[in-house]
Parts: sequence; structure tokens; C-alpha cells
Amino acid sequence: MNRVVWIRTAVVVGFILLLELLCRYGVIGRMTMIPPSEMATHLWRLLQSGRANADIAETLSNVAVAFASAVVGGFVIGSILHSVPRLRRAVDPFLATYYAIPFFAFYPLLVVIFGLNAAPIILIGFLFGVVAMIINTMNGLDRIPRVLIKTARVNGLGPVRTAWLIKLPSAAPQLFTGIKLAIAYSFIGVIAAEFIMSTSGLGYSIAFAFNNFDNRTMYALMLFIITLVTIVNAFFHVWERRIMARRGR
Amino acid sequence: MAASVVEMSAPRNRGVIRESQGSAASAEIHAEMTGIKRIYPATGGGPGVHALGPVDLKLARGEFYSVVGPSGCGKSTLLDVLAGLSAPTEGHILFEGREVAGKVPPGVGVVFQEDAAFPWLTVEDNIAFGLRRAGTDAAEVERRVAYAIGFMGLKDFRKAYPSQLSGGMRQRVCIARTLVMQPRLILLDEPFGALDAQTRLLMGDELLKLWRETGATVMLITHALDEAAMLSDRIGVMSARPGRLIADIRTDWPRDRDSRIAAEESFGQITSQLWRLLRDESVKAAGMAGAKG
Repeated sequence: MNRVVWIRTAVVVGFILLLELLCRYGVIGRMTMIPPSEMATHLWRLLQSGRANADIAETLSNVAVAFASAVVGGFVIGSILHSVPRLRRAVDPFLATYYAIPFFAFYPLLVVIFGLNAAPIILIGFLFGVVAMIINTMNGLDRIPRVLIKTARVNGLGPVRTAWLIKLPSAAPQLFTGIKLAIAYSFIGVIAAEFIMSTSGLGYSIAFAFNNFDNRTMYALMLFIITLVTIVNAFFHVWERRIMARRGR
Repeated sequence: MAASVVEMSAPRNRGVIRESQGSAASAEIHAEMTGIKRIYPATGGGPGVHALGPVDLKLARGEFYSVVGPSGCGKSTLLDVLAGLSAPTEGHILFEGREVAGKVPPGVGVVFQEDAAFPWLTVEDNIAFGLRRAGTDAAEVERRVAYAIGFMGLKDFRKAYPSQLSGGMRQRVCIARTLVMQPRLILLDEPFGALDAQTRLLMGDELLKLWRETGATVMLITHALDEAAMLSDRIGVMSARPGRLIADIRTDWPRDRDSRIAAEESFGQITSQLWRLLRDESVKAAGMAGAKG
């Protein structure tokens, strides 16, 4: 481990220890927060009992569907906009201001249209992630050096093989950024939507525990989400570093 | 050794280009361009850009031909059109007797000035790229790649990625990638433009070695007069935009030559002849650029 990793680990461990001490010695009251060690032990019990399994499975499947459709949809829409410059110029202002829209305000409308089921939740996750993917797909395609496309033509590649063998790997770093953002936004969108207006899922369970002063369950589930998102991000981080290392970045 | 110069037409009447004794007319014609013009269509209501021509050019099989000309005169357009990467607005191109119609014909290899090495592939995989796409047998791919790697001095870098190589080494990878396809016509668009002077001289030697070994016809686009004078059998001089061939210079170098000919007296003569022909055109091109900017 290098020095930076040590410092980073020390900061996280130090922060957890500080929280532990502040909670244990009553500086932070139990109604506000329970000690991190208690969050971990309660999470362990919760996972062992299997009480949270259905909610975890539901949230993860919602995130998976929202993420996959944001990546695929974002890639397809981004590719179309890249190949039709006039259309791209027309929608550019919408894309630029997209994240200023408070999507959750439209949640009741989505429930009216789709009903009180997983669809509005997945849709919010998708809407959160898709534009990040569109923008990064266009960036990636914009940055493909023209000389690589010429090289493809010299090698007799048609449009499909050029897209698969040249454009896709060439745009990979930007596509990867889009994928990383899409997973983060899908998590945020799905869990926040479950939190506000749902009858199941991790977001709902946290809101339910909060409303019932069940701090142990609330913090245990929050710890679970943080751990899960950290693992997913670490996985993408390692994958990205492997790709970039080859390119000397 | 004396170079022969044929000025192809009077500057006021460059529309008519005559091939004459200095041309490739007597040898077997490998590639031929007739009446080539390239006019880029107007955008945003402005007039179209007449980038090239009319150009008539014959390349003899196995000759090393270079094109020099002022910046922006259409040299790269000429190469793109001959390669089939860009269709001419007017005129015909024949390669080995067949019409080139907006598609790169088999047997033509192109090396560009820009870094065209695929950053996601190792040196070895970069060089094998075209062969694998063409469905060449794996053993043959390995044999040809090993030869090209040895020929271009890349043995210690076969597993390296382009980002780990210098600009000169990356250009060698691109030349090797062209070499393995065993092209009969190699087109080079200022391949050493981004390299320092010493590396350029050494790469020039490598190019001459490659030309001798493959027996391919070579057309080199360059803005470096010394590079053209050192490498070529014949040099075409282009006018300012719209680019037309205004002179044809034969160097009469022996086939077995290298960068040491730069010390010969006639090398200086050829270079000064080129500059005499190009000076007015370069001034014109610079003036056009100034007016444009």
C-alpha cells in the first residue's frame, strides 16, 4: 500500500473512531445516532435473520434495470445525436440544463401514469442516469481521431466493424465515465424514489425505520447501502484503472 | 550526377499539365490520375473550395515519387484521392488498371502523419490488425508480424502499448502495420512531420530499405525539401491552392542509397531547384493564409 492509500484509510478509520467515541460518551445522543459498531452488529443480525432480504433484492433489481437501460439507452441516443449534428445542436440546451430539473417533483405524475409499482422507481433511476451516459457517449465519439477512421477504411472495414473494432475501444474511456456516473445516479434515483413514495425496497425500509424511531434498523440499512455502493464503485475503479494503465494514463 | 527538371507548364497556364521526358511514361504504369479535381462543396452559403487540380500523374511500378508543395496546397487531398479515401470531383484514377472509386483498393497501404497506432492494442496486435481482419491464417500472421517487428527494430517492444513508446517508435508501428499487408503501392502522408530532424533522417533510411525490400511503388507527401531530395527517384512540385503539379524533377539517385547522399553536391542542387520552384508558391500560399486569417 502506498502512502496515499494509508492516509486515506487513516482518515476513514479515524472518522469512524471519532463517531464511535462521540456516540459512546453521549456527545451525540442515541436518538440522533447510534455508535458505528452497533450499526455493524445490527446489520449483521438483520442480514442473518433474512428480514431485509426481500427489500435488498427489490432495490438491487430496480437499480440493475435502471442502470442497464440508462447505459444502453444513453449509448444509443448518444450515438444517434452524434451522427445527426443538426438534431444534436437542437437538443444541446436541454442536455445542458437537464440536471437542474427536480425529477422527484414528477413522482406523483409517474405513479398516476404507471401505477404504484416498480416502474416509476426504475424510470426515475433511468432518467437520472441516462443523460450522463448520452453526454459521455457523445464526448467519446467526438474524440475519436479521424486518422483511426481512415485507418479502418484503409483496412477495408465496413461501418459495423469500424464501430465495433475502432470506435468503441477508442471511445472506451469516456464511455466508462458514463457507465460510472450511470450506476451512481441509478442508485441515487432508485433509493430516493423508494424513500419518498413506495411500499417496499431499501429506501422505503429506511424511511419506515426513521418514522418509527427505529434508529438501529435505519442506521444498519444506511451502512449497508454505503458499503454496497463503495464495493460497486471500487470494482469499477479497478476496472477503469486497468483499462487506463494500458493507455499510459 | 545531375538532376533533370521538367517544368510542366507556364505558371499562367497551369490548367494544362503535360507529362514529358522526365515522367514515368516509358515505364510500366502502376497508378494513374487523369484530370483530377477536388472541390469541397460550399457550406453556410459561401463559395466552394477548389482544393486540387486539375492534376495528371503517372506512377511507374517500383518508383519512389515524392510530392512537395506549400502548406495547404492540396498535397494530402491528392493522396486521399489516390488512396480512394476521398472521391475526386472530376477525373479518373487507375490502380493496376482498375478504377479507384472512393474505396481503398487491396494492395494499397497508407501511412499518415498523425499518430494512427491503436492505443488499446499492443505493438504486436497493432501490427497484426489488418492481417487478422483480412482473415489471414494465424501462422502466416505470426510470421509476417515477427518479420515486420524485426525489420522496424521493435523487438523489445512487441508487448508494449503505444503510450509507452516515443513518437518515432509509434510511427514505426504504423509503418510495420502497413508493411505486413505487403502493399504494392505505399502512400505516405508526411509520415515524419511530427518527428525531430535526426529521427526523420533515420526513418528516411528505414523507408528506403523498406522500399527496396518490398519493391513497392511509393508516393511520399512531404513539406521537407531535403526529405524529398534524399528519398525520391522523382519529385513533383505543387503550386499553391488549388494544387497543380508545376514541375517534375528526376534525381537519378542509385536504387541502393541512404541518408549519406545528403553530403553529395547534387543533393544541394536538387534542394535549391525545389526551393526556386516553390518559393513564389509558398509566398502566395502564405499571403492567402494571411488574408484568410
